[in-house]
Amino acid sequence: MDITVLQNLAANNLWGAITPEIMLGVLALALLVIELLFPKQQHRVVPVAALVGLLCVLGNVLATFHNPHVGTETFNGLLRHTRDGQIMRVFFLLAAVMVCLLARVSLAKQTMPRVEFYHIVLVVTAGMMLLAQSNNLLLLFVALETVTIGLYILVSYYRNNSLTLEAGLKYLVMGALSSSLLLFGIVLLYGVAGNAALPGHTAQAMQYGQLASFLAANPHNFLASIGIVLVLSGVAFKIGAFPFQIWVPDVYQGAPTPVTAFLAVSSKAVGFAVLLSLSLTVFASYGWLLTPVLTFFAGATLLFGNIAALTQHNVKRLIGLSGVSHAGFLLLGVAAASRAPMAVGSIYFYLFAYLLASFAVFGVMTHLAGANDTDQELDHYAGLAKADPFLALVLAVGLGSLAGIPPLVGFMGKLFIFISAFQAGLYGLIAVAVVGVVISIYYYFGWIKAAFFETWATSPDGPAKPARTPVDLVTGIALGALALSTVVLGFYQGPLGAWLTPR
Amino acid sequence: MINLPFDPLLVAILAPLAVALAIACGLPKRFAVKLAYVGFGLPLLLALHVWFYHAAVPQTSGYAFLTAYSTGLEALGIGLKLGLNGISLPLFVLAGIVGFAAGLYAIQSGAERLKIYLMLLLVMQGGLMGVFASVDIFFFYFFHELALIPTFIMVGIWGGRDRNYAAMKLTIYLTAGAMLSLVGLIALYVKSGANSFDLIELRRVLAAQPLGDTVQQNIFGLLALGFGILVSIWPLHTWAPLGYGAAPSSAAMLHAGVLKKFGLYGLIQIALPLLPAGLVHWSHPIAWLAVIGNVLVIGFVTIAQRDLKQMVGYSSVMHMGYAFLGLAAGSTLGVGGVVLLMVAHGLSVALMFLLSTSVYHRTHTFALDEMGGLAQKAPVLAALFVAATFAGIGLPGFANFWGELTIFVALWEFSPLITALAVAGVVISAIYGLRAAAAVFFGPVTPEFAKVAAVNPVTDLRWSERLPALILLAALMFVGFWPKSLSTALDATLAPAPAARVAAAK
Repeated sequence: MDITVLQNLAANNLWGAITPEIMLGVLALALLVIELLFPKQQHRVVPVAALVGLLCVLGNVLATFHNPHVGTETFNGLLRHTRDGQIMRVFFLLAAVMVCLLARVSLAKQTMPRVEFYHIVLVVTAGMMLLAQSNNLLLLFVALETVTIGLYILVSYYRNNSLTLEAGLKYLVMGALSSSLLLFGIVLLYGVAGNAALPGHTAQAMQYGQLASFLAANPHNFLASIGIVLVLSGVAFKIGAFPFQIWVPDVYQGAPTPVTAFLAVSSKAVGFAVLLSLSLTVFASYGWLLTPVLTFFAGATLLFGNIAALTQHNVKRLIGLSGVSHAGFLLLGVAAASRAPMAVGSIYFYLFAYLLASFAVFGVMTHLAGANDTDQELDHYAGLAKADPFLALVLAVGLGSLAGIPPLVGFMGKLFIFISAFQAGLYGLIAVAVVGVVISIYYYFGWIKAAFFETWATSPDGPAKPARTPVDLVTGIALGALALSTVVLGFYQGPLGAWLTPR
Repeated sequence: MINLPFDPLLVAILAPLAVALAIACGLPKRFAVKLAYVGFGLPLLLALHVWFYHAAVPQTSGYAFLTAYSTGLEALGIGLKLGLNGISLPLFVLAGIVGFAAGLYAIQSGAERLKIYLMLLLVMQGGLMGVFASVDIFFFYFFHELALIPTFIMVGIWGGRDRNYAAMKLTIYLTAGAMLSLVGLIALYVKSGANSFDLIELRRVLAAQPLGDTVQQNIFGLLALGFGILVSIWPLHTWAPLGYGAAPSSAAMLHAGVLKKFGLYGLIQIALPLLPAGLVHWSHPIAWLAVIGNVLVIGFVTIAQRDLKQMVGYSSVMHMGYAFLGLAAGSTLGVGGVVLLMVAHGLSVALMFLLSTSVYHRTHTFALDEMGGLAQKAPVLAALFVAATFAGIGLPGFANFWGELTIFVALWEFSPLITALAVAGVVISAIYGLRAAAAVFFGPVTPEFAKVAAVNPVTDLRWSERLPALILLAALMFVGFWPKSLSTALDATLAPAPAARVAAAK
């Protein structure tokens, strides 16, 4: 072995660049060690350790936000560190903090092992953070599988509930299908790019940069375009975009509420991070193909999500389908991204707005759920404003922001996406989005109406309403912070406004 | 005291919001009510202050009291910029007056959960002051929505008959209207190339390089449709009578009186100067919709109403028809007339809603057939009601007269036929107005009313009800006798604009 190989490795494998991910992995293992070493009654420290650890990692990322690795590639080009990647790291860590907080509340109502839950959440989060920075199709696939396999377990975590098991099976089957689509697409692209008869052929087609220059040299290759569509379809499954959204309502209903939140927020966001980096760099020369495909995804997703959500009574299904419509909004941004300078920033802004509002809503849902986590009906919210004004307020702020009502931050997200779409000239999609917003008002408002305007009439033979869990101090502070930032960011964006400037 | 040590516009917006926040934080009821007086009173005092000194302070790009605050989005051309020109000044004062009257009326109403009710009204008041003080279109829209949300909640919680249905319908219609106008505003932002929501900047860019005619027509069409829904243009008006019928009185006063003017204000302040070719293209369809739909059809529908509050709701839809007609005429006179009518109608419809609720408290019904003879027991209420009816019809001496007169004069230039039809509408409003006043107050006492009166002895208006009503009536007559108090500033802002519009038409 040549000494230069080792030198190269040392120069490339900058482990310091992935400190947050390593810290998360260590933390995840440490939780298992705690379980082994401590007696059972002291397992309470596990969620605390997970939360404190996550906050430390978050602090680390924020403190080194502008580190020297940003803008470079490491590990022989497997990873590419960008400002967007840093933003997404913060996003996934925030989401993981909230998932752990909600899991504390939700797991207390179940007789399930606790430690593994936090362990898997941490590992999946690390996988998502890598995924958002991946610069290589192989790493993309491996990291995506890390994430997905972790989610298979989490979705069916409350295994004594038949609906949860059904959800787990559905997610497994559909997930396997989408992974195979993605893999097939990658293989096609790799194979075509290696064809020596084509101009610009390369043996390194897994690398985004190499593949991009090959695609630029062959802008109308048939096999490559099939590969691109397959890769996009695989990602569309993660996002829950039409026509790959069919698993959403069942899985969202069956999964434990914190996991539903994890799916709705993190898993969706990771799909968009991947979609953005693929469509803006690797597939950029296939605009003729991307634009119609993304336009179709966006329009159909917007309409389907909103219309399907109209008739739902189970709030988990409702929020799942409304999440589909949010994916449609974000896809509108992605479709605009190649022509509108502020679209990428708008998408990140929208994702953060969605994170804040969604966890506010999921936080309330977790507290209202009974022992049967899948049974959460709109009726259970009747009279919430009287029974618990704090939760009702958080719910109203969260739903208002999801509906895009000013002065909440969700409105700003929608506004920025609209402006981007206008800059890109996507007038038809804007019309669809406007219709979608108006429809969405109906079901969001219906939910708020149930909480504020209606009272729960208990009939002796009717089903009883599950007992509400009182809000403890830490969760209360977290939910209050979510609601407050949702309101404040709606009219004062401050430094976050700088994200939106074209890069 | 020309120069206050603070920005009067910002304080007028923030004072009600701050009081609302304080109430939300759990202030005891005694203090909450006292503080609410401050929250409703301060905007009124500041509005009168800026009205009084408007001509005396220096103006920047046509705006007095211009200030700008950063919210972190300068790169996108979004910032909180406050100022008043001749068009926004009358409406800013209107918002102050009606807000104060609605606030006083709400405080004495003794509504259930009064604290939350006052809090929502205060949020609405803050939003209303913001709508007319904003020079930045984004914040103009933003404050409108801020004021709109409490309306939905108030209809849903304190509403009367069919409140759930009414709240839902109101929400969906108004959201649709707001979204459409938002898309129009974004279109303006992108297509002008200014990449700014600042109205002064937009005017500058578009004066140097106007948009193409087709683009102007399309954007104007979007804005007219979106704002039109918000102002209840026929046939998209159905939310208005239903919503006002169900809304609690103070919310109806603020919404029908002030917030509804947002759409007209947007068309006058934004669409007319920036999209002159759009107005030329759309003026005839708008005028015909307004005169046939709003004035005549709704006029007859109003005559047919047997419910007092529904009647007031429909009459407000009808009067919006005149506003659209003045807008369609497009001349300085016509547009100035619309602004005058907006102020006059805002005051008079608020007064009508207030008095209708006071009538209801005495008769326990809104059904006109079950009332009669109330004037014997409540002469002051009757006098005020008749005065408000006269104002609504547009008799001289009230502000409405000047608004309608100038609109009709301007409309004659535009189309004599439409003018003739529109003037016929005045007769219709006289019919339903006087018939309602007669049915409620005069004639013999009906058996139903006698039954109610036997259980609840009928008293005349209390002073706590009289004061807000008198404030509104005084403002109506003040403008009625001295319209110049508003029209000087209005003329200074509007007069230079039509030249550009006429040039675009040729």
